[in-house]
Amino acid sequence: MKLMIGFAILTMGVGIWGLLTRRNLIKIVLSLSIAETGLQVLMVSIGYIKGRTAPILDSAVGITDAVHKVVDPVPQALVLTAIVIGVAVDALMLSYVIRLFAKKKSLDISDYRDMKW
Amino acid sequence: MIKRAIALIVALLMVWIMFDMLVNWNAPNDLSGVAREYVEKEPTQLGAVNVVTAIVVTYRGFDTLGEVTVLFLAATGVAVLLSRRKKEPKQGKKKYRPASEFLKTGTHLLSPFIVMFGAYIFLNGHLSPGGGFQGGAVIASGVLFLFLVFPDFKLNHLALNWLESTAGASYVLVGILGLLLAAGFLDNRFLPLGHYGTLLSAGAIPVIYTLIGLKVGTELSGILENLKD
Amino acid sequence: MTEILLILLGIGMVGAAIMAVHLKNLVAAAVAGGIVSLFASVIYVVLAAPDVAMTEAAIGAGLSMAIFLYAIKKTREKEVEHD
Repeated sequence: MKLMIGFAILTMGVGIWGLLTRRNLIKIVLSLSIAETGLQVLMVSIGYIKGRTAPILDSAVGITDAVHKVVDPVPQALVLTAIVIGVAVDALMLSYVIRLFAKKKSLDISDYRDMKW
Repeated sequence: MIKRAIALIVALLMVWIMFDMLVNWNAPNDLSGVAREYVEKEPTQLGAVNVVTAIVVTYRGFDTLGEVTVLFLAATGVAVLLSRRKKEPKQGKKKYRPASEFLKTGTHLLSPFIVMFGAYIFLNGHLSPGGGFQGGAVIASGVLFLFLVFPDFKLNHLALNWLESTAGASYVLVGILGLLLAAGFLDNRFLPLGHYGTLLSAGAIPVIYTLIGLKVGTELSGILENLKD
Repeated sequence: MTEILLILLGIGMVGAAIMAVHLKNLVAAAVAGGIVSLFASVIYVVLAAPDVAMTEAAIGAGLSMAIFLYAIKKTREKEVEHD
């Protein structure tokens, strides 16, 4: 539905803006996590059909007529995978931040200029 | 100042790309394409009540195998980066103030129920909303609860490693059994499909989801323990 | 009715995201990130996706916030004295 697509796009925009302008390393990782959440809401809200119910074919929905009664199940399956991979990548990024801090004692990204020429 | 303006322009550019989708897209009125075929054919072909579970485990089973691999790589990366170095001298262990009696008793009472709830979620993944990933996350939340209340609680690393490796290897083994005894890799029909809607139905889907639930639960607990230090 | 609910939840999600990017206190920013996941989880329930809602509530609002708080604890300047 278009309303939720609009809100999800705004959340993604906020996350990407935070990724580009913040200087604290942990804030950067947090903004990336928020952008990922916005993208996942976008994907699920594309599969929504007005007036229909969840794709679980128990006795309330019935097997024979289910095609006219459930929302699209494929985006939900893809978002399930995306959420778990998102948290794994966040944990790995944060452990890199912890090791960088242990070496240089600073969380400001302007102090890490070793690879700039 | 100029950097902020460029950052704002880039963010607005991303939003503008997506806004085109907002304007020109019409919400569908009916299922079509692959989704229609999955919902129509799934109860007779695979026998699971939850269509999303059937898609994640069998129709898109290879993606789930890739995701379990990515989770394993991330957990290994965290363990390698944050392993405690032996030569660092411990200058007096931090004395944590012990938690109150209320909190300790409450944790002793609640944490077995949380782990049992997580096991219930991944055993019933094919019958109601739930499944391996949700159950594994609930189990890891139970372990996090124990870490927060008892600061000296340590997990048994040997048992954790064995459980995770066995679950991962058995997942691939079940896939290969599907290749040998049924129609393809990770096909669930080499076990009988059973009566629709009971616990022992849908072939190998409960077996696969149990293994995934155990693996995800132990991996997330391992990540938490490495971060907690 | 669902429209009003979704508008409120959407405004909550975007508001929490803006707070998470702007707050100076890192612990408060991590909690705001958890609030974004919480609102997204309720949105998933209204959009008829119970599997995804359960996953987002357990992983996003629980474990992800805990991971951020552990990372903040380990990167704080150690100024406090131990007894």
